[in-house]
Amino acid sequence: MPTALLLYDILRDEERLLLKALERFFRVKPLHVPSATMKMGSAAEAEVALERCVGFHRAIASAAAAESWGVRTVNSPLAIAVAGDKVLTTLALLRSGVPIPRTVLAFSVEGLVKAAKEVGYPAVVKPVHGSWGRLLALVNDEETARAIAEHRELLGPAYRVHYVQELVRKPGRDIRSMCIGDAVPVAIYRVSSHWITNTARGARAEPAPVTPELEDVTLRACRAVGVEVGGVDIVEDPERGLLVLEVNAVPEFKNIVRVTGFDVAGAIASYAYGLAKR
Amino acid sequence: MRLRCPICGAPVEVPDDAMPGELVEHDCGVVLEVVRSGDEISLRPFQGVEEDWGE
Ligand SMILES: Nc1ncnc2c1ncn2[C@@H]1O[C@H](COP(=O)(O)OP(=O)(O)OP(=O)(O)O)[C@@H](O)[C@H]1O
Ligand SMILES: [Zn+2]
Repeated sequence: MPTALLLYDILRDEERLLLKALERFFRVKPLHVPSATMKMGSAAEAEVALERCVGFHRAIASAAAAESWGVRTVNSPLAIAVAGDKVLTTLALLRSGVPIPRTVLAFSVEGLVKAAKEVGYPAVVKPVHGSWGRLLALVNDEETARAIAEHRELLGPAYRVHYVQELVRKPGRDIRSMCIGDAVPVAIYRVSSHWITNTARGARAEPAPVTPELEDVTLRACRAVGVEVGGVDIVEDPERGLLVLEVNAVPEFKNIVRVTGFDVAGAIASYAYGLAKR
Repeated sequence: MRLRCPICGAPVEVPDDAMPGELVEHDCGVVLEVVRSGDEISLRPFQGVEEDWGE
């Protein structure tokens, strides 16, 4: 039986499900990264590693260590680094011709005001790193744009890169699709009357059909970023069709399991088993 | 096993095979994180993940 590492910091429902699922194929070694030491370049004691750290830098570092041992690591540290950075993700998506909302970067208060005007009001301002829909701002006019920019100046250097996007006229929901290797087995809508539709922010999850267009966009987005197992956030534009917002390299999936019944952890474990046999 | 909540002092039931990083919600409203050093299990208030990253 091959060995699988599960690299984690916090044991959430997802990690519990993954541990169980991996046990069907592997000898499983959970590795609590915050209390571990990981010698770079030491000999491999496992065939595959699943990276599940919630902390962004911790995820990159522990995936890098596992990879340095010659362990096939999913996702790769580089993919995690790109997916966790909205600017680098945007670059990767554009290079691969994946459709995205109009996006402008700005680096100062005046810059943000100009950028918002350029994408058009209402505009969305996002931090380059970060999640769960936090610190996202909707900007309706120049006055708010300036106020947001001035606030962000105080938050430190990381918040002085402004990621400014048009507000896509989505139909009260977005789509979260799952990519596992070459497959898009499942997707959900996240429905909310609020423009931010993260389930962490109270949106309702509902099963969504995996149309050929959704499958295509999801796979292209994940390949662009280098993610093998990922969750893609997508919005529907009335004219342009599906536009990709971002790719999550350590995806949460308990809501997908809850509303679709699809065994996401089982599919990930079986994908990992396929890698271990190679 | 039975441990004590570091916040309110009341007893908390923790499974013997609890893993580090496991979260336990206590009745007093605090979320506790399981910490393991060797065979010793203890609880500390969960600080959140410093660079939150999810969904
Ligand atoms: N340009 C946009 N147009 C319309 N809605 C948007 C736009 N950008 C973000 N949203 C909404 O806000 C939500 C959160 O945005 P985004 O995924 O970019 O932020 P995040 O904090 O990285 O979230 P996550 O936790 O999903 O990784 C999206 O699911 C979407 O519903
Ligand atoms: Zn307590």
